[in-house]
Amino acid sequence: MRKGISFFIVTFLLSLTTPLSAAINVFACEPEWVSLIDELGGERIKSYSATTAFQDPHHVEARPSLIAKIRRADLVVCSGAELEVGWLPVLLRQASNTEIMPGKMGYFEAAAQVERLDIPVHIDRSSGDVHASGNPHVHLDPRRIQLIADALFNRLKIIDPAGSDYYQNRFDDFTQRWQAAIQQWQLQARELKGQRIVVHHRDWVYLFDWLGIEIAGALEPRPGLPASPGHVSLLKKGLIKEPAKMIVHTPYQSTRAAKRLSQITNIQVVELPYTVGGTEQVNDLFELFTVTIAKLKGGLE
Amino acid sequence: MKKNSIVAGMISVACFYSAAVVAEQARFNPDISLTLDGRYGSYSNVSDYELPGYMLGGEASRGEQGFHLGHTELSMSSNIDDMFFGKFTTAIAEHEGETEIELEEVYVETLALGNGITAKAGRFYSDIGYLNNQHNHSWDFTDEPLIYRGLFGNQLIDDGLQFSWLVPTETYFKVGIEATRGERFPAGGAANDGSGAYAMFAKFGGDVGLSHAWQLGFSHWRADIENRASGSHAHDAGAVETPSFSGESTVNGIDFVWKWAPKGNNREQNLKIQSEYFVRDEDGQVELIGSNPLESTTYNGQQSGWYLQTVYQFIPRWRVGYRYDQLDSDNQGADSDVLMEAGLDNEGHKPERSTLMLDYSYSEYSRFRLQMSKDDSYEDSDNIVFLQYIVTLGAHGAHRF
Repeated sequence: MRKGISFFIVTFLLSLTTPLSAAINVFACEPEWVSLIDELGGERIKSYSATTAFQDPHHVEARPSLIAKIRRADLVVCSGAELEVGWLPVLLRQASNTEIMPGKMGYFEAAAQVERLDIPVHIDRSSGDVHASGNPHVHLDPRRIQLIADALFNRLKIIDPAGSDYYQNRFDDFTQRWQAAIQQWQLQARELKGQRIVVHHRDWVYLFDWLGIEIAGALEPRPGLPASPGHVSLLKKGLIKEPAKMIVHTPYQSTRAAKRLSQITNIQVVELPYTVGGTEQVNDLFELFTVTIAKLKGGLE
Repeated sequence: MKKNSIVAGMISVACFYSAAVVAEQARFNPDISLTLDGRYGSYSNVSDYELPGYMLGGEASRGEQGFHLGHTELSMSSNIDDMFFGKFTTAIAEHEGETEIELEEVYVETLALGNGITAKAGRFYSDIGYLNNQHNHSWDFTDEPLIYRGLFGNQLIDDGLQFSWLVPTETYFKVGIEATRGERFPAGGAANDGSGAYAMFAKFGGDVGLSHAWQLGFSHWRADIENRASGSHAHDAGAVETPSFSGESTVNGIDFVWKWAPKGNNREQNLKIQSEYFVRDEDGQVELIGSNPLESTTYNGQQSGWYLQTVYQFIPRWRVGYRYDQLDSDNQGADSDVLMEAGLDNEGHKPERSTLMLDYSYSEYSRFRLQMSKDDSYEDSDNIVFLQYIVTLGAHGAHRF
């Protein structure tokens, strides 16, 4: 009888610690990485995004629900470059999950796979919330997405060797479709080259770098600081000398400052999806770029 | 032309390289942060502070008058290797004209025991309650809830060992136990060969939709106490008597936090509601050390209290908050005179306090606060105003829940 009870307790405890399904649990910090991992991993993975397109990934709290999720993750996929510095380290420390600590195979930083822009020469908080490792918003350049996909595909093969062939097929398929899409986007976006656009935060550096768009100014006086009326009128002065085509922002940013600048300069405001889920039409990375380019072109008219 | 572009290329490579080196080196240094806290306090009442029904100890006080510095905190933390994390926090403060350096947190914590198990050793803030393990600079009000002041001497911190287990469930569920020395207030005497206190806690939490998140916690703390001294006071004759408690002390608590932000984006607007309730039972003996002949009494008491607070960020940078505190006590003993001398007679008074707060954060690293309270901690009602700045130099703080 006693033996029976302890057997039950042991099986109960084991059932708590071993995953119920064989799928690889992926914890992504942002929705763009959920889209990428779904492309590569298909049915062999189960993905979860810690944030949505309506949340600023700099400003997320280490909520209990996120700790519970990361505790059971086999792979963590995040932008890195200190974008999640306020919350990801806390989650990792709280979770005590050996597989996903930095340096382990279960920890993947997208920004670490590509060359980064905006690496500051001088690091000081008086320049705002700058990232020592460079601008972390790397997912807005499809060429960099391809490099990240390469690395992520290799990682999946290591974590789940049984699925190697499966991942290979999906990766080849993705690469083919993605390269074709890049060709098409570049064709569609030709008229955007050389255009000047005002941004809210420097989220768009990689997109603009790819398409040859020039940043005409930022609504944030320093990265991470809210726009002030004084800064907006300063921007206006610059824009009289050198005009810009539009003012862009993400779904999670306040439109107040953008609207104010628009009123006094007659430059139109365009909300871009920024990531997967940012508008209803954007359900994956392909649609993200298609919609973004269409919206930017719409802003030229 | 070609030469120029080559030179420009070399310069940009050099810049890229030096920045990478800076970032690389910074990674091997611990995260260092320094918190500066400056205050101005104004009180309408100048009589000595007391909290009827409570034997005060630790850091319990209502704060200083006029311009003064709060605790200046220096903190260093880093991963030690892939298995351990270490943290050191020291507070520098002035008490009665003397600069004191106080060790706050000094601990080593495991990073990768796996299976959700974490062990911590050293001096640390207990994980009981919601506010207790947070540094007071990250609290939403300048001063502590009255129940923290009354029971824990502001905050429960001790030397010892903690084990916690994050249960692998869909809903956040964490349990933990602590065994600690039991020398610091509200314990005392480091009983049982220096393992006089222990604590247990359980925390649950989750999200409701995209915009809401919550956490619920239960706590238990217990100590064998030998000669816990509390605030001494002089009699007219000049003899100084210090009340001292020996016996068993048990604290049970429940805490709850609810946070709201539209679509989970706390940048523009957010609301936080939090409440904690604690009840302490003590059974033992109270002596007035320094009295002649030694006066003592049996003591069997219960002190309880709660606070409810809400803080609302209505536009970026600006927050308003309101907090209400209430305490109660019921202390019995053979000699009511001795209980009264020890501050355990509640004088038929239920301490309460209402507090309003407005703060402005220029960035994540600087905050300015105005706080006003109507404090009925004791019979003489007090109107308290605080002006405060809190700034952080150095490492990026954690966005804790």
